[in-house]
Amino acid sequence: MNLEDLAEIAEQSAEAEKKQRHCVRVCMAASCQSSGAGAVLDGLRQHAEQDAEGGVHVKSVGCMGLCSAGPLVSVDATEPKTEVMYKDVTPDDAAELYSSLDGDPLERLRCSTDIPFFARQQRIVLKNSGVIDPEHIDDYIAAGGYASLVRAVTERTPADVLREVKQSGLRGRGGGGYPAGLKWSTVAMAPEPHKFVICNADEGDPGAFMDRAVLESDPHRVLEGMALAGYAIGAEHAYVYIRAEYPLAVERLKKAIKQATKKGLLGRRISDTTFNFEIEIRLGAGAFVCGEETALMASIEGLRGQPRPRPPYPAEEGLWECPTLINNVETLANIPAILARGGDWFKGIGTEKSTGTKVFALAGRIANSGLIEVPMGIRLREIVEQIGGGIPDGRRFKAVQTGGPSGGCLPEEHLDMSVEYDTLRSAGSIMGSGGMIVMDETSSMVDVARYFMEFCMTESCGKCVPCRAGTVQMHGLLDKIAEGRATQTDLDLLEDLCDVVQATSLCGLGQTAPNPVLSTLRYFRHEYDEKLRPESERWPLLPVVTGDN
Amino acid sequence: MLMDRPRTERSAVVAPPDDDKRWKIIDVTMRRNGYSGHALIETLHAVQSYFGYLEDRSLRYVAMSLQLPLSKVYGVATFYHLFTLKPQGEHTCVVCTGTACYIKGSRDLVAAIENRYGIKPGQTTADDALSVLSARCIGSCGVAPTVVLDGDVLGEQTPDGLIAEIEEVL
Amino acid sequence: MPGPPVTTAPGVKVRVVTLKINEHDIGARETDSILDVAQANHIRIPSLCFLEGLSTWGACRLCVVEIEGYPRPVSACSTTVSEGMVITTHSDRLKRYRRTILELLFAERNHVCSVCVSNGHCELQDLAAECGMDHVRVPYRNQPYAIDSTHEMYRVDHNRCVLCTRCVRVCDEIEGAHTWDVKGRGIECQVITDLNQPWGDSSSCTSCGKCVQVCPTGALVKKGTAAGEMEKHDEFLPYLAQMRGNQ
Repeated sequence: MNLEDLAEIAEQSAEAEKKQRHCVRVCMAASCQSSGAGAVLDGLRQHAEQDAEGGVHVKSVGCMGLCSAGPLVSVDATEPKTEVMYKDVTPDDAAELYSSLDGDPLERLRCSTDIPFFARQQRIVLKNSGVIDPEHIDDYIAAGGYASLVRAVTERTPADVLREVKQSGLRGRGGGGYPAGLKWSTVAMAPEPHKFVICNADEGDPGAFMDRAVLESDPHRVLEGMALAGYAIGAEHAYVYIRAEYPLAVERLKKAIKQATKKGLLGRRISDTTFNFEIEIRLGAGAFVCGEETALMASIEGLRGQPRPRPPYPAEEGLWECPTLINNVETLANIPAILARGGDWFKGIGTEKSTGTKVFALAGRIANSGLIEVPMGIRLREIVEQIGGGIPDGRRFKAVQTGGPSGGCLPEEHLDMSVEYDTLRSAGSIMGSGGMIVMDETSSMVDVARYFMEFCMTESCGKCVPCRAGTVQMHGLLDKIAEGRATQTDLDLLEDLCDVVQATSLCGLGQTAPNPVLSTLRYFRHEYDEKLRPESERWPLLPVVTGDN
Repeated sequence: MLMDRPRTERSAVVAPPDDDKRWKIIDVTMRRNGYSGHALIETLHAVQSYFGYLEDRSLRYVAMSLQLPLSKVYGVATFYHLFTLKPQGEHTCVVCTGTACYIKGSRDLVAAIENRYGIKPGQTTADDALSVLSARCIGSCGVAPTVVLDGDVLGEQTPDGLIAEIEEVL
Repeated sequence: MPGPPVTTAPGVKVRVVTLKINEHDIGARETDSILDVAQANHIRIPSLCFLEGLSTWGACRLCVVEIEGYPRPVSACSTTVSEGMVITTHSDRLKRYRRTILELLFAERNHVCSVCVSNGHCELQDLAAECGMDHVRVPYRNQPYAIDSTHEMYRVDHNRCVLCTRCVRVCDEIEGAHTWDVKGRGIECQVITDLNQPWGDSSSCTSCGKCVQVCPTGALVKKGTAAGEMEKHDEFLPYLAQMRGNQ
């Protein structure tokens, strides 16, 4: 397949589109499916089939973003070009919705697309999400897909591709924020003949679902990014390590790999060049720690997912001791756009040190929960109050949690902070993979810290002592504080353990496990203090067994 | 193509524990991966999806077929939370305990199930009708709190609503 | 499991680097770990899971040292030296970390020296003395663990296990039997034989006893060495006396 072939597919689908009166898109991502989108889709399809006039295309698409208002349906008219979005559509609404297609929009279900939730976004990674049918490769190609890959392998050198990625300033979207270009060039420079590309789709942070949505809505974008990475660094084999908890994403990814291989865009001799690139899927089995690079590689090798000390880094000695490039889903999904429009274009978005956009999963006590993509450097307040629509039920904002179990809780005074890797870190949290959980005044911060510590305790792999035994003790202390059985001595011990676990744990999971405790202590220490008992009550609090009971 | 995979595929030398046809499907999974030890997790996924859980004889068969030490297979099977060594009830209800669901009250859902059926996450009712599990974020945070009842994701659950849903499938 | 520590094939030239450990200028081969170099120069760094001859595991975190310019301490066993490194092995901070890690280990299972068969011959006990861990601030978890006495020669007492995995590594890497492994995750981890079955029923165990010899604590012991097993047999006396009397 060459560039002309791609253009032909695009032309064909543009032709087909012209013949349509309307294109009705139904969101079939996991959230909307759970609210009954499947039945809505079936209902609309039935009407379209029975429609004597024809010309209505009912399409199943990926995530449209506003998950809390699902199932979502969007209706495009070709002549004149309009777009109307509907929310909370039930199967019973299908008939009424269908009959309104040629008349006035159905105001009862209408969801304005002028609200900040949609208007404030800038979509690169999510450009096709909710627009194309993720199960049809032609839809992706018609939207300009695979052109970056074909152009790269036929017209550009690997060094060219590498330079563009470096120029973009793209940083790893999985949490660490390590410059992608630097990682790529380390692997590219390694002299070994065998190299691997791994796509880390083990999205384990509770409250984060960006990667799931990207894989469910636009799987080919990730595959194209992987192939470009393989071309740039000289790898012919790749793995997608994906959570088994995301069955729909796995299914769509499998289908996508099959379709791309059939079209000659993956597999052997891509675009009739000497470049071969094969992608295999490896399923996780429920272990948060496998998001850590070395644990992930152990899991691909069929072992217990336990991390090993670094260095050596995966870029030097990774999967089966070969140099390995591991990038997260969102990082790879940015690559086709960077190659298509150039590193300088990407660099122009966001801020100097955090370029491009970031996808956030907005959830918790917030009016509009769902998926958003915003330029880096946006104020936190804009995300919470405008895009998110503020806190429902007239309650007050208390904190926003970013970065999952490795991150922290930021209070109101930090809402005017710009969202960048370095500013978040200096405030005691991290960008993380992009989960953002909003909490209102009803949440107790000690409880929140205990919740995350319990998470880290059960997800600890058990290899190193500080994480295995330390998280258990910290959880016990938080329990004691939350239940009002603790004194200042316990709190001091907790802080001491935080320091030890953070400084001495083997991998990132352990090193960051104390972050939720440290950040809540930093901003909400009074909530801890309020629960403490005077030191004089320390000893009688121990359980006493008497002869009477 | 991976360099440490055997170039010529090894063939299965071990006979399955009995003549259950499902072993053939497990064999296909192992053969597709050239009976390499790296296929252990893939194979365990296959066993669990066809047999429902990983019993000792399955682990033994997989270990022998892939030529892996027994203790290594057991170690891997018990490391990953999705693998279960005990048979599950006829119906399963997975309560998501991710952050968004936690903030929106997943604890109340767990409590409601415990009140009604007397089982906690990880347990099965005495009549083997219902197993309750907890999951670490199923990624449907936009409609929290969520549960997965017999494979169907149900969003925005309330304690009473959930019990009604469970009653319907039981 | 990570591969064995970097060894150099004979004939391959290895660069020599210079570094500083605790203010001492030291020359070392660039393939050596910090722990190797320190040992060769008679600088003692406490360690538990490391054992010469086995692969590096890097999990006990007792051998953590500070390197100038590094954001956090690193384990000396798994970090190779490089030119110009400035290493501190015994700062107040590191000493505090080691004491706390030992406290966590002691509280994790039931390490009560006075009733342990290895009392006086235990690496964990020695480390506590060396690092000055004289009391445990965190509560003992007091979880009961099983004792498996089914093997005809040896016994495993999980109450004393520190999960250093020396037994797992020696059985796999040296004996080649791979009888031992670790089951579960996090605090639920436990060493197992075969399919988590009694050690005596294990089909792969060769009874070589290497695991017992490398165990740093009283978790793996030879039977007959516990105080309760020090039985005296004086039944012979009347018999001998009778024989003498008959002469």
